[in-house]
Parts: sequence; structure tokens; C-alpha cells
Amino acid sequence: MMLNIGNKQQRVDGPQKVSGSATYSADITSQFYHAYVLQSSIACGSITALDTSAAEAFEGVKGIFTHKNLPERLKNRVDYTDPLSPPGKPFRPFYNNKILYNGQPIALVVAETFEQARYASSLIKVTYKEEEFKGSLYENLKNASADRTPDPASNRGDFKKAFKNSEYTITQEYRQSRNYHNPMEPHATSVEYKDDGSIVVYDKIQGVGSSLKYLNGVFGLGADKVQVKSDFVGGAFGSGLRPQYQLFMATLAALELKRNVQMVMTRAQMFSFGYRPEVIHTMKLGCSKDGTLQALSHRTVGETSTFEDFNETIVDWSGLLYKCEHVNLEYELTPVQSYTPLDMRAPGGVSGVYALECAIDELAHEAGIDPLEFRRKNYVDYDQNEDKPFTSKELMACYDRCEELFGWKNKKTSSENEPHLLTGFGMATGSWEALQQPASVSLTMDENGMFTIKCATADIGTGTYTVMSQIAADKLGVPIEKIEFKLGDTAYPDSPIEGGSWTVSSVGSAVAGVCKKFQYRIADVWKRNNPDYQQVDFDAILFQDGNLEYDAKTFSFAEIMQQASKEELSIAHNEAKIEGQTTHSGYAHCCVMVEVTVDQDLGIIKVPRIVNVSAAGKIINPKTAENQLLGAMIWGLGMALREEGMVDSKYGRIMNANFAEYHIAVNADVHNIHAEFVEEKDDKVNPLGAKGVGELGIVGLASAISNAIYDATGKRLRKLPMLLDDILEV
Amino acid sequence: MKPFEYTRLSTDDLSSDTALYDTTFLAGGTNLVDLMKYGVEKPDAIADIGQLPYDQIEEFADGLRLGALATNADTAYHPAVKNKYPVLNKAILSAASSQLRNRATNGGNLLQRTRCYYFYDTAMPCNKREPGSGCAAIKGFNRIHAILGTSASCIATHPSDMCVALAALEAKVHILRKGATLVMPFDQIHRLPGEHPEKDHNLEPGDLITHIELPNEGFSQNFEYLKIRDRESYAFALVSVAACLKVSAGKIEDVRVALGGVAHKPWKLKEVEHEFIGKEASTENFKSLAEKLIKGAQGFGTNNFKIPLVKRAIVRALNNALNPS
Ligand SMILES: Cc1cc2nc3c(=O)[nH]c(=O)nc-3n(C[C@H](O)[C@H](O)[C@H](O)COP(=O)(O)OP(=O)(O)OC[C@H]3O[C@@H](n4cnc5c(N)ncnc54)[C@H](O)[C@@H]3O)c2cc1C
Ligand code: SF4
Repeated sequence: MMLNIGNKQQRVDGPQKVSGSATYSADITSQFYHAYVLQSSIACGSITALDTSAAEAFEGVKGIFTHKNLPERLKNRVDYTDPLSPPGKPFRPFYNNKILYNGQPIALVVAETFEQARYASSLIKVTYKEEEFKGSLYENLKNASADRTPDPASNRGDFKKAFKNSEYTITQEYRQSRNYHNPMEPHATSVEYKDDGSIVVYDKIQGVGSSLKYLNGVFGLGADKVQVKSDFVGGAFGSGLRPQYQLFMATLAALELKRNVQMVMTRAQMFSFGYRPEVIHTMKLGCSKDGTLQALSHRTVGETSTFEDFNETIVDWSGLLYKCEHVNLEYELTPVQSYTPLDMRAPGGVSGVYALECAIDELAHEAGIDPLEFRRKNYVDYDQNEDKPFTSKELMACYDRCEELFGWKNKKTSSENEPHLLTGFGMATGSWEALQQPASVSLTMDENGMFTIKCATADIGTGTYTVMSQIAADKLGVPIEKIEFKLGDTAYPDSPIEGGSWTVSSVGSAVAGVCKKFQYRIADVWKRNNPDYQQVDFDAILFQDGNLEYDAKTFSFAEIMQQASKEELSIAHNEAKIEGQTTHSGYAHCCVMVEVTVDQDLGIIKVPRIVNVSAAGKIINPKTAENQLLGAMIWGLGMALREEGMVDSKYGRIMNANFAEYHIAVNADVHNIHAEFVEEKDDKVNPLGAKGVGELGIVGLASAISNAIYDATGKRLRKLPMLLDDILEV
Repeated sequence: MKPFEYTRLSTDDLSSDTALYDTTFLAGGTNLVDLMKYGVEKPDAIADIGQLPYDQIEEFADGLRLGALATNADTAYHPAVKNKYPVLNKAILSAASSQLRNRATNGGNLLQRTRCYYFYDTAMPCNKREPGSGCAAIKGFNRIHAILGTSASCIATHPSDMCVALAALEAKVHILRKGATLVMPFDQIHRLPGEHPEKDHNLEPGDLITHIELPNEGFSQNFEYLKIRDRESYAFALVSVAACLKVSAGKIEDVRVALGGVAHKPWKLKEVEHEFIGKEASTENFKSLAEKLIKGAQGFGTNNFKIPLVKRAIVRALNNALNPS
């Protein structure tokens, strides 16, 4: 039988997606009232008057909610946290008249149509008492404090001394601007209100359990009163890790009006909540004459909101990637008047590794050593932060393969026709955690031998439906067509949220676990009903093509299980973390190399070539895995050269909240791009030996481009995004 | 969006011109409808001109007529445009995306509004959207703003690529005003902001653009449209240059240079072009032309880079025009 794991299996939900029959949260077709949010136009101060009369009188308007009529029960002893709330007080919509950030929801208009609601919202007259906007991260650096952050990995050695004694040193500052998630599907929640007062909520979320927890806490709805569903998520990248305000809005309106209510955010509103925070890194690195890394210090200051302390793991990466005995890590936060930042694809890793990989490149050049050789020289095969071995680390093989594929040592070609074009090569290392979380699943078989496996996990476009079906097919021994994997429903067994690239390892391991259990069950039923086989050893039995095979005889699962009781056809399983997750450190790694061209007169930067070679354990589906890497690499290009959330310094408002002016990379920006994997065997990271690849590809890419620009022009652009004016002005 | 009355115009309506004054014309809608959704434009009545017979592209003895309702895509790919006016073909194809170009019309392209961030956001002060409310861009983000012909009340640019090529080609615009036809030279269509940034152009309410006329000279041998932007497609120009040359024995016989992304209208100075006729087609002279063309340029902070950039872009564009690859 052909094995599914390791196959380039087409997406099982592909036909639904391309035919438009996949139902996203805004695609639910019940009769809904539509909700539209009015946002504040100031960043700081309070609302002194709010006149909703004209809006109320407008055709089709069914209700308006503001801080003036928020039900009392939502004010007292109400828990607004969700499972990923950072320390602090979560944002509470309409809680009072205070304005905490520009773009804050201040009124909700519910009407028969979306257009009625939107226009009516513009008829609300708001009077503010405005206070001064105190600026972005840079203007508030004096308030940076380590009290608001968890401690990074411990310092080791004597950084100061080692830095002083280093033959070559660099001290540099690197800045990253704010980035927004911009998934294709805007956030949406559809709430169906039932006669008994219960609700069914279709939410855009990376884990229905989070929405449920939030609704329990805020609206006091028990699990019997609310069911949350999310069949499809049109990309999220972290923006669905925490429930967003459309969930609150649609639920509030549904409960108050006792009607079905839907709220879909506009593209502009997608810029009114979380983002990857702006950060400033200070790097100090020193090495000996032969390029041995001696001393490393990484200090990062990041922005957070005034009400929550959003933190990421940023500086720890600098203690991890290269062998270094003297390390100093510092991480601080500064509150600014904006919404709380939010995890975004490879949160923290992208930022920390960006600064580290630029600094490593600078140091390698100082020391006159090829950047690839420099990295090989300082290779490390155990986790120095935690003092643990790795579950596996085939990064050296990535370096070798990437060098070969890319032609790192080849001479750069320059075109005679275009003498103004400078060409450069750059590289970086990337890494991401390979974590496993506990997860639960259930499995049921029907009389035709069809299997239904359920788990409350999500498919955010990553291919969960497909990969879980592949794992189940192999682990049961049935064709993939016999598997239906169901997700995104609080009625299903618990799952960790889909994030951290841990879904394959966590849910996948649970799926493998339940399938194994079911094979034991099939064997038991078979033995029970075939006295001749009572003594057969389980390991001597073959499970394939939906059959149990023993001693050249074949028994179909369906046939065997006709003898089983109804209860025996269903099975549940909780998968705990594998032991290796505590004794070892699990990380996936990659090497990325890029070629850039820079027009030295006009400053135009292009990236004709990107090659990424990754080591990520067992690759369950090379097609979906490659998709993940390519998507992440393209985003890395966008992060390096395009994306910047522009916060006006006077008004504290995002001024490019649309696709025309917030530039994500487009097809034309992507030229020759290639991703592949090296073999990596790992029996400690999880039972599947698989590491997640959803985030890895974006880590390091921006530094590789920055390093290539230096190679081309001799200019170090120590900021993101790197724009053509930076080339002209440096 | 604000409720509005909708009518579809037919040719008969055009004779009774008065009815048109209080309506806003809807062509492809790619700009107007966006602005209505944002609440920037709030017309009470809309007249859909999509059915009017101005979608033809016709060759005639003295040049080419581009119907105001022909789409940007049909215009760019029309054989006469491709062969005779390749600078226009290149300019149009550098704009927006193919989906938008399939929908956008030539008339709409001329009258599309600025992409100034603050103009688009009704929560922000903007003299163009709300006269007298102030200009948030002058001290705010102005990376995409003007460096030439600005005023203390507005520093917005006209965002079109097509118009830059039309300016270089010295097109003429045919307008139906109160039942009569009016022909305006291209450089009189758009205006500088001065004290009245709310006025983008010199058309009067009810004026209907019927077609654009291109003179015979299309500079099909020596031309360039150079667009510099923040991504390789689907972004407005930071700076763009339409350059057209006629050269004989190394001497400039005719030269046209129009700039986009630097002013409230496509920037072109006939007197500067005249000065270089008869001179050698050399990088030195191109540099000198560039200096003269952008004399008095002023930056506002984040757009300062446009001053050196546009000079280099002019020289590059003229050199590319001189030496077609
Ligand atoms: C995301 C995005 C990116 C874009 N990128 C670019 C770019 O890179 N470069 C570029 O040049 N353009 C770009 N565009 C703009 C696009 O070219 C214009 O939106 C389009 O040309 C407008 O044409 P339309 O027919 O849709 O006009 P409409 O939106 O229908 O009308 C625009 C205006 O013109 C008026 N009007 C239309 N026709 C006539 C007429 N015949 N007589 C009198 N008045 C008339 C309307 O009343 C309205 O005020 C972009 C647009 C978008 C949305
Ligand atoms: S530049 Fe012009 S359009 Fe922009 S804010 Fe100022 S007045 Fe408005």
C-alpha cells in the first residue's frame, strides 16, 4: 500500500476552496442583522458627548451600542481575558468614555444591511476632550522598562570583559517598523440566536476554545449556551490567536436584540487591533582573530499598549544560535497609545534573528571571513540557554545544500547593458521552535468503514485537514478517502490553539495515538470472535487498505467491527507531551540565501533569487510544507522591503490602512524562489518526528536581504523596511 | 455609504444639459466608488455614463481619438497605441493591476483624485476634502507628496500614470459643456492647488469628457516611461518620467519630458524643452534639462528624497529613450 505520510497529497479541502463552497465565518447564510463599528478619531482623551439620534432615525437601524448603554452586567466582575492575554488589563469595548488609542471602537450600529449600518455610523456626532498623543516607540524610549517583561534567558560568562578582549567588535542599532497581519479574509463573526437564548457563534479564530473562554468570561455563557465553530480560516498569521472585537460586538448585539447578527471588519478596521510591534535592537558582538565568537549582547526595546504588556521571545535567540560563552540579554517594553501588539508569524523569532543575523554578517566582514564560513565556525550542537541537547539539528546539512544550490561561491554576474545595477549575495540562518502541546481527539468508525476524527483545532490555510487525514490513513491502515477529519467546533475534543507551528506535532501525534488505539481495538474484536487467533501477537498483524491481515488471510475492518458493540466503534484519546520535549530542546532550522540587485542611481532594490533549505524533521506533506515555506519567504521579502504600518506622529493614527498604501509583496516582486528540505531524523521531538514549518521560512530572510544589499552597495541599512530612499540617502 | 439617486444616461440626455450639473458621473467606478465607501465623496445623485457611445478608439488623419469611456486596458493594447504611441502603452500598463485597468476608463483616469493618506481618511484634516480644515500632510507623512507647484494649503499629487504620457504627447481633451464641444490642451486640464486645493482641475460641474485627441507625433522610436515605486507592480508612482525624443545626427530635434508623482498635475515646462532643441543629445544636457525642469523643488520631510531621485530619473529616462534597448 502506498504510504500517505511523506506524499505530496493534494489538499483534501482544495475543491471546496476553489469552488467557493468552503464556508468562512462571513459565509454563513442565515438571515442576519449587520453590525458596523465606529472608531475614535483621536488617540487619547475622552468622549464628552455622543449624539446617536440621527443614526437611530436612519432607515434600517435596529440598535446602537456605546459606552452609554453597555449593559451593567458587562461591567462588574467580568473577565475579559482569553487564553493568550498578556499581563495587564484586556481591552474592554464600551467600558467607559476613555479613549486609549486612535481607531478604538466607540459605537456599534446594527442595521438590516451592512451599508445602512456603515452610513448610519457616520451620522453619530462625537465630541471629545482630546489629550496630546505622546508619540511612538522612539519618542517614548525613556519609559522603557524591564519590569514589564519576563526575564530572558540567563546571562552567561562575562560579556564586558570578553567584548573588551575581542579582536573584532561591532556595536550597532537595528530598527524594525510595525507590521500588520493582513490575512486575505477579514475578521468576521456570525452569531445565530436560538429561541432558548443559546447562541451558535461562527468566528474567525485560530482555536475555537479561545472564543468560548472569552464568551464565558464576558457574557457569562456556559458551554451549554454557546457553541463556537470555525470550519475555515482564510489566513490569520496570529491575528486570530486572540478573540478580536468583532466577536464581542456581534455577540453583544445578538444577545441584546435577540437576533442573528453578523459583523465583518473592513480592510481598514483590520488595522485597528494587533500588529507585530516596532522594536529597536542594540547589538554588541565580538570575536577573536580567527573568527570565534567571544561576546554577544542583545538588547531590545519593544512597544506595547498602555493596558497590556505584550511580550515576545526576542533576545533569547541570540543566546541560542551560535556558540558563545559570554552572553548578555536584555528585553524591555515601552507603552505607547495604541492597541496591544499581537503575535505574528514567528513572533519574536523574526525580530530577534533579524538583528542577530545582520550583526553576525557585520562581524564576519570585520573579521574578513566569509559569512557562511563564519557561521560554520561558530556552529553549536546543544542549547546553551537551557543547557540541553537538541532533539535533532541538521543545520550544517542546510548550509551545505544551500551553498551548492545557490552557488554561494560563484562570481556575481553584472550586466553590461545595465552598468548602474549592483548585484549582491546575502545569507542568514533561521530557526523556530518545535513544540508539542497536549491535544485530544476522538475517532468513530461507521458500518462502511468510514472514519470520522474530530478535534477542536483549526485549519488556518496551513493544511490541517489534509495532513491529519494523511496521518490517520497511514496510522489506521486505510486509504485516505476513508478519513473525514473534522475541526473547528467547541463540541469536539480540546486542542491547543493553532499557533506556534505545533499543530502537526500536537494534534498529529494525538491522531496517530487514537489510530493506534483503534488498531488494538480492531485486533481485540477480531481475536474475540476468532478463537483460533486468541494468541496472536499484535505486532504480527498487518493493517492495510482497510483490512487486517494475518497469516495470508484478510479480514476487512468493516467486517470485523460488525461484531463490535456500538461503544467499541468510538474511541477517545488524550495525547500528552513526549518525554523528549522536557529532556531536549526542539528546534527546526534553515539557511536562506538571496541575490539582490540595487540600482545605484535610483535606489531600486530587487530580489531576483531566494533559496531556502530547511531541516524540520519528518515532512508529512512536502507540498503543504513547501507552500508554507514559500509563503513565509515571500512575507520575509515584504517585511524586508515593503511593509510599514505608518503611525502619524501628531494624531497617533495609522495612515496607510489599506492595500494600496500598506505594501505587501505582490507576485511581480517574487522572481526565482526555491525551498527544499534536508533529511532530519528525530525520535525525541514527538511521536511523528515532525517539526512544524509554518513559521520557519520568514525567520532570517530580512537579514539575508539586508546583508545582500551591503554586499552589493557597501551600505548597511539597519532598519526595516529598507526603501529606495534609504539607498539614496545613506 | 450615503444613499444616492442613480440614473443611467443615454445620448438623449446630453442635449438637455442642465440636468447634468448636480450629478456625479460614474464611469468605471474604480475611484469614485472607493471614495464613496470611505465617505470622502458623498454625491446625492449619480449619473452612470457607461452606456454613452464614447468607448471607441479611432484613427484619423491628424492622429488618434481615445474615447473617454474606452477602458485603460483596451487603450493600451490598441494596435495604434502600441505602435504609434508606445510611451502611452507603457504608462498605462505600469498602472494599477490588470483587473483595475479592465474596468478603469480614460475619462476616469484623468479625473481620479489624489492618493494623499489624509485626503482618504475623513477623521483627518484636509483642505482638499474639507476646505479650511488644514493640511495634515505638510507636517505628517508626505513620502508620496509633491515637491513642485505646492501651496501652503496642499501638497498633494495627481496620481495618474496615463496622464503623464498624455502630457508628454501634448494631447487635447474634448469636453461637452452645455451641449457644446470645448477642446482643452492637456496642460490646462489639471491645476495647481493654490488657495483652492478642493479643485483638482479646470472642468466645470456637468462637463463631460468625450474623448482625448492625440496629435500625429507619437515618438515611437525614442521614448521611455520610467516609473519608480515602492513595489514592482500595483503601486502608485513615487516619481515617474515620460520622456520623448526626436534626434537627428546626435542633435535634439524635439524633446518632451513630463513628470508624475511630483506635483498636483503632470509637470511639464514647454520653455525648458524649447531651450534644448538643437542641442546635443548628451547626458550633460539631460542633466541640465533636469535641473531646469525641477527648479524651485521643495521637500517636506519624508519626500525630500524625490528631489535627487527625480533628477536622476529624468536623465535615465532620456538616456533610455535615446538608446532603446
Ligand atoms: C488599488 C488601486 C491602484 C491603482 N493604481 C494606479 C496606478 O498605479 N496608476 C494610475 O494611474 N492609476 C492607478 N489607479 C487608479 C485608476 O487608474 C483609476 O481609479 C481609474 O483610472 C479611474 O477610472 P474609472 O473609470 O474607474 O473612474 P471613476 O471612478 O468612475 O471616476 C473617477 C472620476 O472621474 C469622473 N469621470 C469619469 N469619467 C468622466 C467623464 N467622461 N467625464 C467627466 N468626468 C468623468 C467621475 O465623476 C469621478 O469623479 C489605481 C486604483 C486603485 C483602486
Ligand atoms: S496634501 Fe492636500 S490632499 Fe493631502 S491633506 Fe493636505 S490638503 Fe489634503
